[in-house]
Amino acid sequence: MSTVAELASSNRGYSYAFLDEFAKRELRRRILKAIAIPGYQVPYASRELPIARGWGTGGLQVTLALVGPDDVVKVIDQGADDSVNAANLRRFIARMAGADTTTDASRATLIQSRHRIPEERLQEHQTLVLQVPDPEPLRSVEHDISKARLMHAEADYGLLWLSLYEQLVRYRRVTLGASYPCLVHHRYVMSPSPIPRWDVPKLHQSAHLTLLSAGREKRLYAVPPYTDVRPLEFADVPFRVEDQRGWMCYRTGLQNKFMNELPQTGGGAIYEISDTGFVEKVLRKVPDREAAGSTPAQAAVGATYYDDEGRFYIDGYLR
Amino acid sequence: MVTSGRDAPRPVSAHAPVIVTSPPLLQVRGLVKRYGGHVVAVDRVDIEAYAGEVLGIVGESGSGKSTVLRLLNLEERPDAGEYFFDVPALAGRNLFTLDRMAQRRVRTFDIGIVYQNPHLGLRMRNTSSGNIAERLIVAGERAYRTLRLAAREALAASEFPLDRMDDPPVRLSGGMQQRVQLAKAIALKPKLLLLDEPTTGLDVSVQALVLDTLKRLQRETGVTTIIVSHDLGVIRMLADRVMVMRYGRVVEQGLTDQVLEDPQDAYTQQLVHAKL
Amino acid sequence: MSLLQVNRLSKRFIMHHLRREVMAFDCLTFDVREGEFVLVVGPNGVGKSTLLRCLYRTYLPTSGQAIYHSRYGAIDLACASDVDIVRLRREEIGHVTQFLRVRPRVSAREAVAEPLLAAGLSPIEAGKRASHALDALGLKRELWDAYPTTFSGGEQQKVNLARALIAPRRLVLLDEPTASLDAHARRALVERLAQLKQAGVAIIGVFHHAEDVRGLVDKEIALTADSQRPSEGDGLLTSSIACNGCAGGSGDVAE
Repeated sequence: MSTVAELASSNRGYSYAFLDEFAKRELRRRILKAIAIPGYQVPYASRELPIARGWGTGGLQVTLALVGPDDVVKVIDQGADDSVNAANLRRFIARMAGADTTTDASRATLIQSRHRIPEERLQEHQTLVLQVPDPEPLRSVEHDISKARLMHAEADYGLLWLSLYEQLVRYRRVTLGASYPCLVHHRYVMSPSPIPRWDVPKLHQSAHLTLLSAGREKRLYAVPPYTDVRPLEFADVPFRVEDQRGWMCYRTGLQNKFMNELPQTGGGAIYEISDTGFVEKVLRKVPDREAAGSTPAQAAVGATYYDDEGRFYIDGYLR
Repeated sequence: MVTSGRDAPRPVSAHAPVIVTSPPLLQVRGLVKRYGGHVVAVDRVDIEAYAGEVLGIVGESGSGKSTVLRLLNLEERPDAGEYFFDVPALAGRNLFTLDRMAQRRVRTFDIGIVYQNPHLGLRMRNTSSGNIAERLIVAGERAYRTLRLAAREALAASEFPLDRMDDPPVRLSGGMQQRVQLAKAIALKPKLLLLDEPTTGLDVSVQALVLDTLKRLQRETGVTTIIVSHDLGVIRMLADRVMVMRYGRVVEQGLTDQVLEDPQDAYTQQLVHAKL
Repeated sequence: MSLLQVNRLSKRFIMHHLRREVMAFDCLTFDVREGEFVLVVGPNGVGKSTLLRCLYRTYLPTSGQAIYHSRYGAIDLACASDVDIVRLRREEIGHVTQFLRVRPRVSAREAVAEPLLAAGLSPIEAGKRASHALDALGLKRELWDAYPTTFSGGEQQKVNLARALIAPRRLVLLDEPTASLDAHARRALVERLAQLKQAGVAIIGVFHHAEDVRGLVDKEIALTADSQRPSEGDGLLTSSIACNGCAGGSGDVAE
């Protein structure tokens, strides 16, 4: 492992963690502000990066502003560690910051993710960075962005509720899938990024810090540890996660984890757990007892947000 | 400048009521609104409205009557004036000086409005019932069934055909759009109902039906109503008292039949003779 | 007990476009007691209807007083505040004009029941009483739920009377209510008026067929043409409700 002094030496031709010091300082200040006002979108000066806007530049800037040589970085792309995009980002971060990398969610200190939160419960020492394509939860109901800001300022979310009402009237159920709007700390409504509804409850009273950042839109916001995050729901029409009851992962035989549906040529479908890092750990089948003395790479499967019967870890949170 | 006021409002009329002893629900003094520095749209207007009465405001286009209504709905800030509402939570407070959030509360809970142009009052592409539900949502209601019931009840009260309650207003006729506006306005049982030319532009037969609904609702709910119209027939049908406006000023006010049958002011005489 | 004391009441119309004033009546003084039936007589155009309208405040009296003893206390109808007048019209003072003014699409029965609904009666009870009132005046049953806009003059007048006389009042102003009524309806009306008088309601009326109500009349107020003194206006007078005095009384009151 290299030290920051070595990594930041001028003869490498670029700054430590790619971004210059002023950029990182600005980002850190914005992040502190975002943590201080949970759910509030803080504008920041999004920098050019050697990847295109829309490919995770928002998340990457936050990761680069926070990463140090002691960090262990995991990058997720829709549950997978091995997609081209995830692999590229992981390699870039590791090379620029001298950080270690992993696919094990419980071993990582810094997790940058697109569209998923790991199945294993994250802990207090971990930070989750979510890539956000569109940070504005009011976009679908108010096209005028300055009006939307006023609505946030006045906590005027009637229109969002109205859109839920209309979905119930028209389709008898809420049709929102990903990016389900959530009320953070009883004040601001935020978009949790396009995570599935399955992942939304994981943000509520979570031990870890979640940072959400949109590079193209130049806004970041945060859910600090142990903060209330409630999906918008009518008192008599409770929020529901995706119904995957009866689905079983063809690789692990597990149920009640978020699955990808794989259509088969002969019709029908098989299912696999979307979180590849989790699947890897399960397949290694390391018994808990041996895990105690083993290397981190062989760590036991940690506690998950949903148990094998599909019960959420906070009793009574999901009705 | 808008003066902040905790001082008690004073009566304006020369002959203060002796039988009606309760204070007026609404008192406005010295209302002034200028546009572009020198155009005076509303010039030192005083208004009093008592609980349960219907006050008409008549005048030609440009007389300032619709501006008055927008000011009463707290949509615009006046250049001068005080506005008091006789409800416990707002007693002695000039509504014009409340902050945006407090004004929004007043507009949500205490005031309902029906505009001549339904585009101003309705979300044309949402469902009609949703237009009403939104108001209850803003007021804090979070049960879907309650929202449905309340929307149904308000629409029924304004005699809207319930089998069309989930059609968007953009697909409704003008008369039905006004009924949706009316349902939205009364859904939270406001203290004050503002009607801005509610039947102008409707067919005469539809106009009669909407007027009938307005009259019945007013009688049943006893909501204090201020109706702005250039149509003296509408005013005669609905209003107990009437104010005649011209060039932003009130030129005459009195009982509706008295102002229409025995107008004192030269302009009012012209107006009445032109219309009847 | 005295219900209404009219004192030197005058009415002039100011017609701005003609730049002149027209005198309707001048310095009327009379007194009306509870349960009293007062007939206003005089030739056409002397201001009989104008007097009733001034008492109802459809016209604004120019000067003088009309002290009315309401349940709330004495009040000068000539200069009382508008809201007080609205309250009195709703609760104590009725006015029957020659013409029915109803909104389209309101049935005869609904129109008659309306004052009762305004007074807080249940729709069923109000409807029942309205039917009874229409029946008494002899309006054909099949017309009760029709719209009066299509009625003949006589039928409209029956609706008008039923509506005006249905709610409890202490003072009723009748402006030629029998003008277009048939004999049966006139008898029913007189019967109703007798009932009201019996109940202590004071009535001031202008009647086309004065002989109909001859038996009920307690006193007459005669308006004469010389009570009109047209004054050519050389300048426009501003209106006032000033209760300043004027000389003499020209309204002859015959007990």
